[in-house]
Amino acid sequence: MGEGELKLLGMWASPYVIRVRIVLNQKGLKYEYFEEDLTNKSELLLKCNPIHKKVPVLIHNDRPICESSVILQYIDEAWSESGPSVLPTDPYEHAMARFWAVYIDDKMRSTLLGILGATTEEAKAVKITEAMSMLELLEEAFKKCSKGKPFFGGDTIGFLDVTLGSSLTWFKTIENLSEQKLLDETKFPELVEWAERFLSADCAKEVMPEVQKIEEYITVLKARSAAAAVASSK
Amino acid sequence: MAEEKEVMLLNFWVSPFGHRVKIALAEKGVKYEDKEENLMEKSPLLLKSNPIHKKIPVLIHDGKPICESLIIVEYIDEIWRGKSQLLPSEPYARAQARFWADFIDKKVFECGTRLWKCKGEAQEQAKKEMIEILKLLETELGDKKYFGGESFGLVDLVMIPFSAWFYAYETCCPGLSFEKECPKLIVWTKECKTRESVAKSLPEPSMIYEFVCEMKKRFGIE
Repeated sequence: MGEGELKLLGMWASPYVIRVRIVLNQKGLKYEYFEEDLTNKSELLLKCNPIHKKVPVLIHNDRPICESSVILQYIDEAWSESGPSVLPTDPYEHAMARFWAVYIDDKMRSTLLGILGATTEEAKAVKITEAMSMLELLEEAFKKCSKGKPFFGGDTIGFLDVTLGSSLTWFKTIENLSEQKLLDETKFPELVEWAERFLSADCAKEVMPEVQKIEEYITVLKARSAAAAVASSK
Repeated sequence: MAEEKEVMLLNFWVSPFGHRVKIALAEKGVKYEDKEENLMEKSPLLLKSNPIHKKIPVLIHDGKPICESLIIVEYIDEIWRGKSQLLPSEPYARAQARFWADFIDKKVFECGTRLWKCKGEAQEQAKKEMIEILKLLETELGDKKYFGGESFGLVDLVMIPFSAWFYAYETCCPGLSFEKECPKLIVWTKECKTRESVAKSLPEPSMIYEFVCEMKKRFGIE
């Protein structure tokens, strides 16, 4: 099952792409990577993901798979013999991993972008409180899922680890820009240690972007949206 | 054995997300206790079982809660494997099924809600979007009996509960006819409704419409 040509359409800053790359690395899978310019999407991307027109898209033997969580499950099932399991094999633990992943994806984006985009101190404070509540829940979830082992997935990085871990650079960047420590080791000791382990893992190291690059990217995005706002008000 | 342990479903009769779970349980022949929740006054069991979202459906299996309807349905498929397989075995086919289930989840209910909540331009926009969504689904269905091919599967069970809302949507949007816009999809809904699991799990469209009218009154919508 798991042979043949692999291509990945991605964008260096996207946590959704980063998580797929980490898992491909973990499974020891070779693939051809195509960096997309999301302001000028390639024909290949538009052909492979006509409905959402988004990255990541994994193309296996010319067949596209879209949506990062669908891709991760596909990799797990198609290469079940290679490398560690991405998702737990126990159905209940599998369901829990997917539940927390949905929660993380829902909350992470809205709280981080909310902190970044807040125009008043009050608005920022609300989003910071939300981020803290999210981290409290995740600290507890980590204890339950890891059962004393180094990762949410147990001995090795799994679905939930990459879902949360792929946003760590954005997290750090937003901590810097907002001058607010979110992943505080006094409040969330297990998560902070987990983050260090995650970031030093071989499969993650080369794919995680640098904080400075994300900061530069945020500047570009802000300029772009300001320009668009001016253009649409004319 | 896991499949012999007690099963309870926390549900709300009108929810299409709950209906998916009911259909899945019926397809598998699973006996369960169906607990109807009052969403204005959520039970301690619901608040304890789904403390984060406080939403239905929640499946409680052997005392352990599972939340989020798509996750519940895949869980059911894994635990009760012997009968009526909902997801295909082949990884690529599974990925396609999950993609479409996710698409339906993201698009249909939200757009449908705007169909009855909004008026004027906003409603027209929602109408346009709903027709686009359903036409995409119709293309994906093609000439197959079910989205799953010859067998009723995940995508069928995720989408079919919304068919009970079609009458309400059409009545709230004069001029909208799903039969006219996507006839093949309507044929598919009729095929699905011949299945006992679907027929006994979905409420009558007239009851959904009554519910929508109640909600409109509550929100002060004409």
